[in-house]
Amino acid sequence: MTDLPIDPIAIDVGKLLNKTVTSLYSHLVTRPTGRAVRMAIATQLQSAGEQSLSLIDLSEVVIIDFSCADEVVAKLLQEYQDNEVHDAFFVFRGVHEPHRDQIEVVLVRQGLAAVVETDPGNFQLLGVHSDREDRVWGVLEARGMLAIDEIDSVFDDLEDRKTLESLVHRGLAFRSLISGRIHSLSRLVEHLM
Amino acid sequence: MALGAEKTLFDARHLRWVDPNGMVALLVAGSVAAKAQGGRPRLGLPESADVIGYLGRMAFFEAAREVFDFEAPGRRSAGSSSDVLLEITRVAANADVHEVVDRVQGKAGAILASKLGYPTTAVVQFSVILSEVCQNIIEHAEAPGWVAAQAYNWARRLGRFVVVISVMDVGRGFRGSLMDQHSARYADRWGDTTALEAAFLHGLTRFPDSGRGQGIQQIRRQVRRWDGAITIRSGTARIGQVPEWDDTPPLVDGLAPLPGSQISIILPARVTP
Repeated sequence: MTDLPIDPIAIDVGKLLNKTVTSLYSHLVTRPTGRAVRMAIATQLQSAGEQSLSLIDLSEVVIIDFSCADEVVAKLLQEYQDNEVHDAFFVFRGVHEPHRDQIEVVLVRQGLAAVVETDPGNFQLLGVHSDREDRVWGVLEARGMLAIDEIDSVFDDLEDRKTLESLVHRGLAFRSLISGRIHSLSRLVEHLM
Repeated sequence: MALGAEKTLFDARHLRWVDPNGMVALLVAGSVAAKAQGGRPRLGLPESADVIGYLGRMAFFEAAREVFDFEAPGRRSAGSSSDVLLEITRVAANADVHEVVDRVQGKAGAILASKLGYPTTAVVQFSVILSEVCQNIIEHAEAPGWVAAQAYNWARRLGRFVVVISVMDVGRGFRGSLMDQHSARYADRWGDTTALEAAFLHGLTRFPDSGRGQGIQQIRRQVRRWDGAITIRSGTARIGQVPEWDDTPPLVDGLAPLPGSQISIILPARVTP
């Protein structure tokens, strides 16, 4: 990973919830709670430089409601989507079946997509994405990384290559500014899991 | 309140049966009377030991102390019930929503599984429903409310167990909450019915944030998945999402005015093929 200008960080939302709001709260419910957790995540990212990749870990969260999912997932992504100062990438871990619906709903509502771990080691695109985006993302996910000179051979269809660019633009894949390689986000946070 | 002024009496002495909607509605009615007369009304407690015991198990008396003047019942009201998912809980702040969600974790899963035949993971969706309906009070009513949930056997009406969730507040109602942002587009059609339709059917909210307004929509979706019923009453109107087994009209207007709002959710036991 020598061509990567970022050092991925892990953010445990369960611990953050206790530290940020109050130790009495063990569930990610209510909008003010979600807002406080999102702001705590943003605070951690302030020291990350111009680019960051965060593994947002929801594994220890038992309940997450729609209001909190909107704050902690959708608004977090929105906040950095058009941020010209800070280029932030996110992977959401522990999006098990009980959380999946709430997170998917808020992503779709805002026209967003995210890379999520639904079961240990199993990553998916969740939210708004086309079949082509899903397929191209799946190829990158399986390979882990694509060098510049591999892209044309792996994706001989121009539309697929455009889609790969779109995934980078949407924050669903990472391009190294040093080597130009395109990395799957899950592979970049693998060592944190 | 001036000396000698008469207090309203809520005479419940002959009450034979009451469900979560009735208990929470009694608290709302008492609150309205208290506000109107400037002091707590009196409550005549039921003579039935069964009803008193049930009210006790639902923690009615703890909530009622802030609303009514009444003689404390004896120890016969003590005890717990395996059918009580959530005792009557006052909701006025976000901390109360956390308390509600915390409290149902212990037994809701077991009751939903044993009485309704839902998967054990249903406790998460059930908690999400409770969280969102309680937040509706805080964010839209701008006044306190109460929530309660209980499982019981609808033997005659449906032939199976149901869980009833009741949420009521004494706030400004849906029309009041949405008026500033949305009344203009409805012009002279604006009223309790159009306000309920706007929130219930179209997900409108008084907040400009596009992430808002999802709560009721997602509750409706989950209730439909469980073949349940949900109704919201506010002002003089009531709107609902009615399953096949229920003959409640989906929209009613001209009801007696209800200050605030009432959300009632009925979740029936699964029918196994």
